[in-house]
Amino acid sequence: MSEQESTKHTIMALVENKPGVLNRVASLFRRRNFNVDSLTVGRTHRPGVSRMTIVVDSQRADVRKIANNLYKLVNVIDVKILSDKPHVSRDLALIKVRTNNADSRNAVTTICERYPARIVDIGTEVAILEITAQEDVVEEMINQLQPIGIVEMIRTGIVAMGRGVRIHDTEYESPLSAIGSHKNGYHV
Amino acid sequence: MKLTGAEIIMECLLRENVDVLFGYPGGAILPTYDAMTKYPQIHHVLVRHEQGAAHMADGYARATGKVGVAIATSGPGATNLVTGIATALMDSSPIVCITGQVGRAAIGSDAFQETDVTGVTLPVTKHNYLVMDVEELAYTIREAFHIARTGRPGPVLIDIPKDVQIASTEFMYPDGEIILPGYQPPLEANADDVDAATKLINQAKRPVILAGHGIIMSSAMQELRELSERANIPVALTLLGKGGFPESHPLSLGMMGMHGSAACNWAIQESDLLIALGMRFDDRVTGNLDTYAINAKKIHVDIDPSELNKNVKVDIGIAGDLKTVIRQLLPQIQPSNHSEWIGRIRNWQEDANQRDIIHAETNSTLLAAQVINDLWKYTDGNAITVTDVGQHQMLEAQYYPHERPQTMITSGGLGTMGFGLPAAMGAKIGVPDQEVWAIVGDGGFQMTLFELATAVQENIDINIAIINNGFLGMVRQWQEFFYEERYHATPMHNPDFCKLAEAYSIPSMRVTNREQVEESVKFARSIKGPTLIDYVVEKHDIVYPMVPAGADLHNMILRPTTQTDEE
Ligand SMILES: Cc1ncc(C[n+]2csc(CCOP(=O)(O)OP(=O)(O)O)c2C)c(N)n1
Ligand SMILES: [Mg+2]
Repeated sequence: MSEQESTKHTIMALVENKPGVLNRVASLFRRRNFNVDSLTVGRTHRPGVSRMTIVVDSQRADVRKIANNLYKLVNVIDVKILSDKPHVSRDLALIKVRTNNADSRNAVTTICERYPARIVDIGTEVAILEITAQEDVVEEMINQLQPIGIVEMIRTGIVAMGRGVRIHDTEYESPLSAIGSHKNGYHV
Repeated sequence: MKLTGAEIIMECLLRENVDVLFGYPGGAILPTYDAMTKYPQIHHVLVRHEQGAAHMADGYARATGKVGVAIATSGPGATNLVTGIATALMDSSPIVCITGQVGRAAIGSDAFQETDVTGVTLPVTKHNYLVMDVEELAYTIREAFHIARTGRPGPVLIDIPKDVQIASTEFMYPDGEIILPGYQPPLEANADDVDAATKLINQAKRPVILAGHGIIMSSAMQELRELSERANIPVALTLLGKGGFPESHPLSLGMMGMHGSAACNWAIQESDLLIALGMRFDDRVTGNLDTYAINAKKIHVDIDPSELNKNVKVDIGIAGDLKTVIRQLLPQIQPSNHSEWIGRIRNWQEDANQRDIIHAETNSTLLAAQVINDLWKYTDGNAITVTDVGQHQMLEAQYYPHERPQTMITSGGLGTMGFGLPAAMGAKIGVPDQEVWAIVGDGGFQMTLFELATAVQENIDINIAIINNGFLGMVRQWQEFFYEERYHATPMHNPDFCKLAEAYSIPSMRVTNREQVEESVKFARSIKGPTLIDYVVEKHDIVYPMVPAGADLHNMILRPTTQTDEE
């Protein structure tokens, strides 16, 4: 892949779980004119530490810049470009489709069977499907559902994790265990 | 010991060895102002506008290497700081700003003088805080100072609601280790990078060192000198690098970039190895990136990893502290004389000498370059000069060579007009034993001239040199070169600066010809307290050489050598 070619890259950032951290990250992307495809935040198994998965559509060189700038934020503990190496990524979608006749109900059931998806709510007018899969698989299913009639949809954006023993957490055990020993004053 | 938040602020400032605050009071910061009365060890300088407070803290920081502190009230007080904070960020200057905020319960209610100050300053601070609990105050202040002064220094803001200043708690200074898992500035280079870098340096035929502000920040002057002298590598300086390497040194190339010396820029363009130390390849120093030093390999050392490969792709990028990294490199640097290369550079320098305005006939008009060069001469090149922004700033860089670090203070990255006067005041307060000159344009001076009152009230012994050309000179120069001499919105009808000084009881003198310059310096030096000299200079002057914005670094507009040259 050439350095100039724009493709999707997945970055993971471990951040201190403090109010305003998301704002700092978002502000960085805006200020440096980096394009975010998706950004998710969630808790980890470690108290006080959250993890972000950020997907960007950028040139390889820019991804390094993004990673370096993220790392520069005081509340960002670590940054890794996950898409450099084998990794698992998942996107979750809730899709509400029109199922107001037998044909559409059958079609929806068949599609669900072919994907890692299930019907989580169904009524006389509409059904809600849930799919958790790699992004392209989610996209494929959405395309299949399109003709039946999607009335509402939400996707969470990608969460990702490197395969194998590349563990992004443990090296920070010692400083992190100290978090909480002082009450921290950043509520920005 | 039970203390109020306001008292805790003062206690923590004491622990950080703060001896002066630059500030302006108002409702939301009043509890802290009241607590100041119990801490006479910390002197408060009442500025006339909060922008001045931020610039003074900045000037203080740059002259001393310590953290400068500015303090202001909520809302308009805090927003007035913003230009000064942005200036400090761009030039990596360590300042801490403390702002009052409306009471916690009122936050978010659009209360009187409420502004989302942490939001406003987020992109212009290295880090900022809103302290919502008095228990967290002491630790936060300690952390703020730590972040401001370490790594790549920069401004940190602490926003403190009024009721947090009033609340009281048991005070124990948190003097344990500062734990910031996400903040570990890099220190040293790894062995592979040291090997690779020294190999490139030892092989180079036409090496040039590009030395920036980082040399001064890291106190790596001696190390830089050793590196340069051992292998006879010429040193080019950025604007903020001035003082990091003695300009009288035979290996000094002077300043690089848009208004840098032609010989310096040619050397960079012809070089086969650039060793960039604590500089960031700003567009004002590189010109067109596509043609920038295309035959040179590049080594870049900076404490901020995000600077590596940001503007210029480098062969070896080392994130680390300069003093440490240069020390790591030195043992492997082989002596070399590079005599052919240095000979070529000498020829270029000859040409520049011939074009130099200092040797030109001037038909008795006073030229800004001559004033500045004479200031250098009569202050024995030993003063701290603080400039504003514009032609006079570039002329200072060209005609006032500096030998020591922390003696040239200027707003480089942001180019903030109005910086000069307050920054000079902050510098003088920081290093009272040194002679300080504010060299300012007639335009920029008028942006913060109200701080003259502060200078008088505090009896700050600075000398103010107004380079008065009746124009926003640098903009006029662009209009002359690039807008067919349409001088729109650049001529200025100025006040009588000497009368203005008189209104502030500041001794002053007007200088209109070169013979008076020496006398003016003697006059300024003889007065203990602020002095103002109005140097009335040629209006239609040009700063040469000039690399037009975005042009190739080697394609400079040079000063014509003779009258016929000009046609
Ligand atoms: C706050 C601010 N506004 C505008 C500018 C744009 N600017 C750069 S140089 C300059 C002219 C400065 O004029 P003066 O202070 O008289 O200095 P001179 O160039 O004449 O020496 C201007 C307007 C700036 N740098 N800063
Ligand atoms: Mg002017």
